[in-house]
Amino acid sequence: MSGPKFKSGLRLMSGNEAVAEAALYAGCRFFAGYPITPSTEIAEVLSKRLPQVGGFFLQMEDEIASMAATLGASLAGAKSMTATSGPGFSLKQENIGYGCIAEIPCVVVNVQRGGPSTGIPTGPMQGDIMQARWGTHGDHPVIVLYPDGVEDAFWETIRAFNLAERYRTPVILLTDEVIGHMRERMFLPKPGTVSIYNRRKPRRIPEKYYPYQGGTQDVPTMAPYGEGYRFHVTGLFHDRTGFPTNEPAEIDAEMRRLLRKISRAYNDIVKWEELFMDDAEEVIVAFGCTARSARAAVKRLRARDRKVGLFRLKTVWPFPERALIKIAKRAHVKKMLVPEMNNGQVLFEVERVAGRYCDVEGLQRLDSEMITPRQIIRALREN
Amino acid sequence: MAFDYDQYLRVDRLPHIWCPGCGHGIIFKALLRSIHGLEIDKNDLMLVSGIGCASRLPGYADFNTLHTTHGRALPFATGIKVMKANLHVIVTSGDGDAVAIGGNHFIHTCRRNIDMTLIVFNNSIYGMNGGQVSPTTPYGSFASTAPWGNLSVHFDFMKLAQGAGATFVARATTYHVKLLEKVITQAIAHKGFSVVEVLEDCPTAYGRRNKMRGPVQMMKFWKDNCVMIDALDKLPLEEAKEKIPIGIFCQTTRQEFTDEQHQVAQRAMGEE
Amino acid sequence: MSNGKKLELRLAGSGGQGLVLGGIILAEAAILYDNKNAVNTQSYGPEARGGASKSEVIISEDEIDFPKCEEIDILLSLNQKSLDKYITDLKKGGILILDRDLCPNPPEGNEYETFRIPFTNLARTELGKVYVANIVALGAIAGLTDCVSRAALEKAVAARVPAGTEELNVKALAIGYREAAVARVDHPVDTDALS
Repeated sequence: MSGPKFKSGLRLMSGNEAVAEAALYAGCRFFAGYPITPSTEIAEVLSKRLPQVGGFFLQMEDEIASMAATLGASLAGAKSMTATSGPGFSLKQENIGYGCIAEIPCVVVNVQRGGPSTGIPTGPMQGDIMQARWGTHGDHPVIVLYPDGVEDAFWETIRAFNLAERYRTPVILLTDEVIGHMRERMFLPKPGTVSIYNRRKPRRIPEKYYPYQGGTQDVPTMAPYGEGYRFHVTGLFHDRTGFPTNEPAEIDAEMRRLLRKISRAYNDIVKWEELFMDDAEEVIVAFGCTARSARAAVKRLRARDRKVGLFRLKTVWPFPERALIKIAKRAHVKKMLVPEMNNGQVLFEVERVAGRYCDVEGLQRLDSEMITPRQIIRALREN
Repeated sequence: MAFDYDQYLRVDRLPHIWCPGCGHGIIFKALLRSIHGLEIDKNDLMLVSGIGCASRLPGYADFNTLHTTHGRALPFATGIKVMKANLHVIVTSGDGDAVAIGGNHFIHTCRRNIDMTLIVFNNSIYGMNGGQVSPTTPYGSFASTAPWGNLSVHFDFMKLAQGAGATFVARATTYHVKLLEKVITQAIAHKGFSVVEVLEDCPTAYGRRNKMRGPVQMMKFWKDNCVMIDALDKLPLEEAKEKIPIGIFCQTTRQEFTDEQHQVAQRAMGEE
Repeated sequence: MSNGKKLELRLAGSGGQGLVLGGIILAEAAILYDNKNAVNTQSYGPEARGGASKSEVIISEDEIDFPKCEEIDILLSLNQKSLDKYITDLKKGGILILDRDLCPNPPEGNEYETFRIPFTNLARTELGKVYVANIVALGAIAGLTDCVSRAALEKAVAARVPAGTEELNVKALAIGYREAAVARVDHPVDTDALS
C-alpha cells in the first residue's frame, strides 16, 4: 500500500465514500457493478480510485454480470467487491448462492432503499434483512454486517473483507440510504496500520491439493487460478476434489461443513455494541440508521433517569442470539423494543430468541422516513 | 501417429454424460488438437462454462476449469481475464446458455472485445433439460415446449456477434472437422473477442422430434446444406439463399479490453 | 447527557441551486477547520433540477446521534415552494433566511427572526453569476448566526468549489457577510440563544 495513494487524516465523507475507500484499505483490487440509486457513489469513487492503486473497475451490462465478474476475479486471486441496492440485490442472488457453495470470498454491499420492486430509490428502508439471510435458494451460510454511520461503515467494510477471506465466503454489507448518503467526520487511518487478513493459500503441491477439503476449521485453502493448481470449481454439489457428486453422503457432508464453518466461528463473526446495558430494564435492539435514533433516545431517557439501554447489532447474520438470550435472562430486563424500518423482520428473530424471557415489542415505520428518537421514546412510554 | 487426447483429459472423470451421436465429443477433440497445436501450457489455459450439456466439458479437461451458473460464464470469465491477463480464456457454451439466458452477456462481451474465445455448441435445442425450444431452434421445428412447431425465427449467431462488435467470428459444423479445428485455432490465437459457432447434432433431444433420428442423417444434413462463405456468391442466387454459410465471417482488430484496463491502471498509478 | 451547543440548519430550495454543496461546505468548515462535529444529510426527489430539495447540517460540540433535524434553528430557503413546505419544522424564535425575490410571501407575524436578502439578484448584479447565490447565502448564514467561523468557511469554500472559481466564490462569500452585517444593525441576533 503506497503512501500518496492513501490520504490519511480527518475528512468529511459519506457512508458510500467510506465503504469505497475502506475496500481499498482492505486490499480490494477489483470491483464490478451496475449503477443503482442509492449505491452508485461507491462505483463512482472506485472507478477513479481502483486504477490509482493498480486495480480494476468494470461497469457491467447488468447486476447479474457484476456479481459473476466479482466472483471470477476472486477466483483469479483478487479481493473483489460489488455494490447495489434492492432490485439489484434481488438480481445478484443467484450468483451469491454460487459464491456460497463454491466458497468464493467477496463483499456484496447492499445500500437499502424502499421496496419491494422499484419502491423508492431515493429513500431509506430496512426491508432486506431477511433477503440478505435467505435471498438465494437452498440452505447456505451467510455473514451479514450492518454499520450505523460513516466511520463504522469504513471499519465494517474492512471487517467484511477480512471475514470473507478468512471463511472463504461472500460477505454481505448492508447499509441504507441514510448511512450511504449522510456525511460525517471520518478519520482515515494511516495505510499499513489496519489489520488485514488474506486468504490462506495451499502449501501442498498441486498434485495433492484438494480445493474443498475443509481442514481443522472447515475452511479449505484457496489457490488462485493460473498459478499451477489446475482444479475444478462448480455450483453442483461436489466432493473435496471439487468435482460433482450425486452421492447423498457426500452431499450431506458438504452441506454440513458449509454451515458449520460459519456457525462454529460465531464468536469471531458476531459483534454488537452495548450502551447503558448494565442496569437496563428496557433494551432497545436496533441496527443501521435506526440505531442512531435509538442511541439519541437512550441518552435522552437516561438524562431523565429511565433505565434504558441500547443493544446494537453490528453483525445481523449469524444473529447474535447467544448474547441476546443472556441479556433477556437478566432479572432486571423487563422488555426489548425493536424499532426498524420494515414490517418486523428483526422483531421476529428477537421474539424467537428472547420472547420467553422478557416482553418483546416492535416499532415499525414503512414510509421511507427515519424513525425519530421521539417515536422511540413515545413507544417506550406507551408500553 | 494417433493424437494422444489423454494428455489433456481428466481420465478419472470419464465416462462423460453425453449421449451417443452427440456432436460435443467432436468439438471437444478439435479443441484439444487446437490447444496442442498452439503449444499452450495446461496451466495457462482457463476453461469456463455455464449450464447445459456443453458446459460439462471443462470438468473433463485437465486445465484450470470453472463451471458457473446458467448463462453467466462470460462475465465470470471476464473477471478472471482482467485479473489474470496471461491466461488463455475459453468459454464453452450451448445455444440456450449463450444467447437466451446469457444473451445480454454475449452482446456486451462482443462489444468489449476482451481477449477470450467463445465456442458455441449449437445443437438448436435444450439438450440436457430434455428438448425444449431454444433461440436457435429453426422456425417450425418441434420441441417439447413447441409441440405445434416453433413460432420464432432463430438467431443468426454470425450477424449477432458481428453486429455487437466481436472481432473474430466463424462458423463450422461437426461434419467439417478440418475447418472446425482451423477456426478454433485461429480464434484462440486471435487478439480480441472471438466467437466460433459450431452447428452440431442432438439426435436425442432434437433429431427424434424432427425426423432426423440418427446422427448420420444429421451429419448428412450439414454436408448437403453448408457452403463455405467465400463460395456462396458463386452459386445462383436462389440456390445460395437455401445454403448455410460456414467459414470465417469476420476477422479484424481493434483495441482490446484487458490491455486498455491495464493501461488505465498504469496511467492512474503514475499520476499524483 | 448532552450539554454542548447543538445547531440544526436546513438549506432548502430547488435542485440546481447548489444547496447540497452548501451543506457539504458548512459541515466541512465545522469539522475540518472549527474542530467541531457535524453531520450533513440531504433528501431529494427523482429530479436533478427543479422541485423542492433540502440539505441539512447539524453542528455540535458533542457526538451527533440522530442525523436529521428535529427542531430547526436556522432555515434558509431559496424559493417559495421550499419555504411553504419546510417552514413548519422551524422552531419558534428560529432564524429564517430568505431569498427576497424568490420567496415573495414570507410568513406573517413575528414567530421567527426573518431576514430577507436578495441572494440571487446580488450574485447576478455584483458578480454576473447567478450560480454563486448559494455561496452568498452561506456568507449571510454564517454572518448572521456564527454557526461556523469566517476563516473556516473561507477555507471550506475554496477547497470545495471548482478549480479556478475560488476568487469568485470568496467574493460571493464576502457579499453574504456584508449583507449580514447590514441586516444585523437593523435586527440584532442573539447567537447565544441559538442552542
